[in-house]
Amino acid sequence: MQEWILSLPLILISGFAIIAMLLIVFIGRRNAPIMYLSLFALITTALSSLYTLSIPNEIIKSSVNPDSIFANMLIYGNYSAFFDIIFCLAGVLTILASQNYLHQEEYEHKEYYVLILYAVAGMMFISHSNNLLMLFIGIETMSITFYILAGYFRFEERSVESSLKYFLLGAFATGFLVYGIALLYGATGTLDLSLINSKVIQGDIHYTYLIIGLGLLFIGLAFKVAAFPFHMWAPDVYEGAPTPITGFMSTAGKAAALVAFIIIAKNVIDINSIYPEIAIGSSTLTMIVAFLAGATMLLGNIVALVQKSVKRMLAYSSIAHAGYLLMGIVANNPRGWAGIAFYATVYLFMQIGAFVIIGIIEKKSFKYLNLSDYSGLSKTKPALAALMALFMFSLAGIPPMAGFFGKYYLFVAAIEAGYLWLTIIAVISSIISMYFYIGLIIYMYFNEPADDRPQINVGLSSITLVISSLGILFFGIFPHLLIDFASKLF
Amino acid sequence: MHNLIVLVPLMPLIGFLISGLFGKYLKNETLIGVIGSGVVFVSLIVTSIIFVNLLSNPIESPIVITVYEWISAGSFSASISYQIDNLSILYSLIVTGVGFLIHVYSIGYMHGDRSFYRFFAYLNLFIFMMLNLVLSSNLLLTFLGWEGVGVCSYLLIGFWYDRKFEGTRIVWTGDAANKAFIVNRIGDFGFLIAMFLVFLNFGTLEYTGYLNQLSDNSSAFYGTGLIAAIALLMFLGCTGKSAQIPLAVWLPDAMAGPTPVSALIHAATMVTAGIYLVARNSVLFSLAPVAMEVVAIIGAFTALFAASIGIVQNDFKKVLAYSTVSQLGYMFLALGVGAFTAGVFHVMTHAFFKGLLFLAAGAVIHSMHEEQDIKKMGGLSKYMPTTYKTFLVATLAIAGIPFFAGFFSKDEILWYAFSEGNIWLWLIGAVTALFTAFYMTRLLMLVFHSKERFDHHKIHPHEAPKVMTIPLIILAFLSAFGGFLGVPYVLGFWFSEHPNWIENWLHPVFQQANIILERPEHHALHIEEYFLMIVSVILAIIGISTAYNWYKSGWEKPKLLVEKFKGIYTLLFKKYLLDEFYFKVIIDPIYNLSAGILWKIADAKIIDGFVNGLAKVTIEFGEIIRKMQSGIAQNYALIMVLGIIVIISFLLLSV
Repeated sequence: MQEWILSLPLILISGFAIIAMLLIVFIGRRNAPIMYLSLFALITTALSSLYTLSIPNEIIKSSVNPDSIFANMLIYGNYSAFFDIIFCLAGVLTILASQNYLHQEEYEHKEYYVLILYAVAGMMFISHSNNLLMLFIGIETMSITFYILAGYFRFEERSVESSLKYFLLGAFATGFLVYGIALLYGATGTLDLSLINSKVIQGDIHYTYLIIGLGLLFIGLAFKVAAFPFHMWAPDVYEGAPTPITGFMSTAGKAAALVAFIIIAKNVIDINSIYPEIAIGSSTLTMIVAFLAGATMLLGNIVALVQKSVKRMLAYSSIAHAGYLLMGIVANNPRGWAGIAFYATVYLFMQIGAFVIIGIIEKKSFKYLNLSDYSGLSKTKPALAALMALFMFSLAGIPPMAGFFGKYYLFVAAIEAGYLWLTIIAVISSIISMYFYIGLIIYMYFNEPADDRPQINVGLSSITLVISSLGILFFGIFPHLLIDFASKLF
Repeated sequence: MHNLIVLVPLMPLIGFLISGLFGKYLKNETLIGVIGSGVVFVSLIVTSIIFVNLLSNPIESPIVITVYEWISAGSFSASISYQIDNLSILYSLIVTGVGFLIHVYSIGYMHGDRSFYRFFAYLNLFIFMMLNLVLSSNLLLTFLGWEGVGVCSYLLIGFWYDRKFEGTRIVWTGDAANKAFIVNRIGDFGFLIAMFLVFLNFGTLEYTGYLNQLSDNSSAFYGTGLIAAIALLMFLGCTGKSAQIPLAVWLPDAMAGPTPVSALIHAATMVTAGIYLVARNSVLFSLAPVAMEVVAIIGAFTALFAASIGIVQNDFKKVLAYSTVSQLGYMFLALGVGAFTAGVFHVMTHAFFKGLLFLAAGAVIHSMHEEQDIKKMGGLSKYMPTTYKTFLVATLAIAGIPFFAGFFSKDEILWYAFSEGNIWLWLIGAVTALFTAFYMTRLLMLVFHSKERFDHHKIHPHEAPKVMTIPLIILAFLSAFGGFLGVPYVLGFWFSEHPNWIENWLHPVFQQANIILERPEHHALHIEEYFLMIVSVILAIIGISTAYNWYKSGWEKPKLLVEKFKGIYTLLFKKYLLDEFYFKVIIDPIYNLSAGILWKIADAKIIDGFVNGLAKVTIEFGEIIRKMQSGIAQNYALIMVLGIIVIISFLLLSV
């Protein structure tokens, strides 16, 4: 019985997604019912996860026999529930921001909202997976919906192109993911992550297969988080996708891939292992992740410097943020994971907030995306400009915005894990990023407005903006509330 | 109960937010004024409740209430936490009490000003910052308040930013504001370094933390260079905020602000922050005899220096400003000789009478149509009887006429200067007392008595409205009787063993310092104390009567004296040329060096060249990588494959 309750979020989201898809057939032309149904689905799912979150980890572990219903495929714990809520929140914020956007682009279809439900379901399966197959199913469910959503503007060349590119390269990367899983199975003889974990502790494995398998698995996941050198798809896809979807993919999608990273790193990587092969292999892998993280943040920020389109600039900056987040994997301890949980939360607010504003300013298939289109926004739309400035300051990591503490906790975790050089690179690349974040603010506040700006509608997006900005300020002023909570998750 | 303390700083903050954010739209002066004063009044009430509670249930050690912790890393934490003890509550009472009266007064004074709401917003913000300064339980939050009051002082000195103001190389009020801010920065630098040293050596910035460490190991720390350095650097901060030599020059120019600001910030509260800081760190200072000596000497000399300048100034508010500097010198003299209670006591009485003097000056200036030159006043007592009477009370109080507030506090300071310091410190203090009596009487005579020297066709002096005179009357009452809170033992011994209420009240705060300084627990009767008291009263009477005789008819008699002692007069009138000295010796050379070499060569060529070059290289690099983003999926796959090959071979090699 207990397991039914704990798995309720997964059942709810999957059930709602299927029901909503079927309902589309019966419902007439109106889009609103499906949108509200999707919102309702996400909110109920989040609420049922909140219940799991209220139970301490130890009690879940001792009272539940995970074998009873789902044959050990799923794990229930506080971190899974926490990320469930993050994913649902991202879904809610995106849907709220989408209606108005799709309306002005004249592309509103009911399937859009349901696809977001499917993506969230995939992400939740990732965070609940206790088996490499489950993990794979989760990743693919999420990715395939992303391929569709990226090409959602199906008459726009750029959108379709980005979708196809994403699909081709994604399929390519998935190959490595599966191969990595296969090697891990070869090394340990099981796909169950808790069994793999105990075998790693006992040293009852084939070391070379394990390390190479892990390497391939990491490569597949590095593609999903858009880390260097597997990031090449990201700018094109983020630019071609509908703007709210870009916000969604680059926050919740990235967070889901990082959860996968955490699950694997937590169970398999152990640099203090008593078996020298595992210890050496683990530290090499950690080192590789550290290099990828450093290169990712430098590259993302440096290329963002020279972008003229705000959407593309933030696409690159989102690559850089993946680099910061990977620092938590490099640290690979509860502090680092808590740092990821914290940063994923605040990143969700600031990135979705920024993309919502881009979506509001954007008009008719990829117009009004350039920096110069933001000139003098503070005079024509002072509230939007102020919010955008808030998001930029937070992304740049300026206190008291929450982005500062997100970086701070990750940096501290990396330093404590002995990766001072990585932290120095992170600080340098943060400084580089100031240039373009503040640059946008300068455009908005110190340049004269252009004359031919079209009408701007906000609609339901305002709710997203309010929630995002309040979240940033709240967790900037009371960071310890979230970080103390996040530290208890793992 | 004690948790209520949170409300004390919170209320002015709310007031600030209301007038700051919505004041522009409220448009109603009365409403803004009532909100602005009301929030301070609530703070005053809450402080009084806590005060009464402390009276009935005395506390042994400070109560620390943490409101919220912003960040903590290792042993460092930045938190908003307030400390309730007898010193912080006494100071809060002064700040909210005098602050409330001045808020009310400002409703009348600022009537019709186009930025009425802005004024109240700043004033509320100031009270908020000042309360943080005094209530904080750690140096960090005190520093925040310290800087915050500095900012408010800056904003309020330059409040009428489009008005001219005269001073050494000062043209606009904004210049005076800049001067105040920049001079204070020098002091803040000292404060900051002191704070770093405290954290480095004690691992905490909490007062209860490092001060307890000090008093627990007082013999180990006594007289060490470290403690002396911390104390002296902290005192450098105090010389800035409390306008002592060598950083005294900003306060007279701060008079560019509206008069209520001069009363509240530049007389009653902010400038006494330095005294608060030393008193709060009394244990630290008493462990550094060198620093104590420096504090006493600087205080004594500043007192004399400023009082002597005050004798010859003709600007109503500047005379009062120099008087403030001089009185602050007294307070530091008291602290320096270890008479912490006397110093804090004088802060209180000074807040009453100097606040009153400024407010009365404001009433006069207001009715003279913003005229501040006392040469153009005279005979105002019949036009403004209430203002005149209250001003008279304040004059008697500051001059040290027996049983007015200033008499008790000043005489206590002079007695300790003599008994714990030496005869020279006492002598300087006594001469200052003579000067003080003189310049105050001079001011009184030239403004309220003597011939009417203003233009009757243009100026029709009138009494200020009730909203301004009532605060005057209340302050006059406090200036007259406030001194009885600190009756010295020699005058009160037949009532009780401990007649000095304020000494009893502050006893727990300064107990540790008194032990370190080996002060006796019990008082003894000293015949010298009566003698000194009589001498200083005689000096005050001499000062008053001389000034009365010279100025009762106006300017004729003094003019002859000015002719006779032209040299001294000019030196005093030009304030010992201290401003000019600073400009010639420090500011101009630095400025020229900066403009000529540091800016044009070191900064523009070397540093900017390097930075711009680096930025250019970074951007070029970005362009190159951007070009690699060709948009062709096959290329992307190729780069991925290369990455995979590198990673896997790296792994294979390591396994």
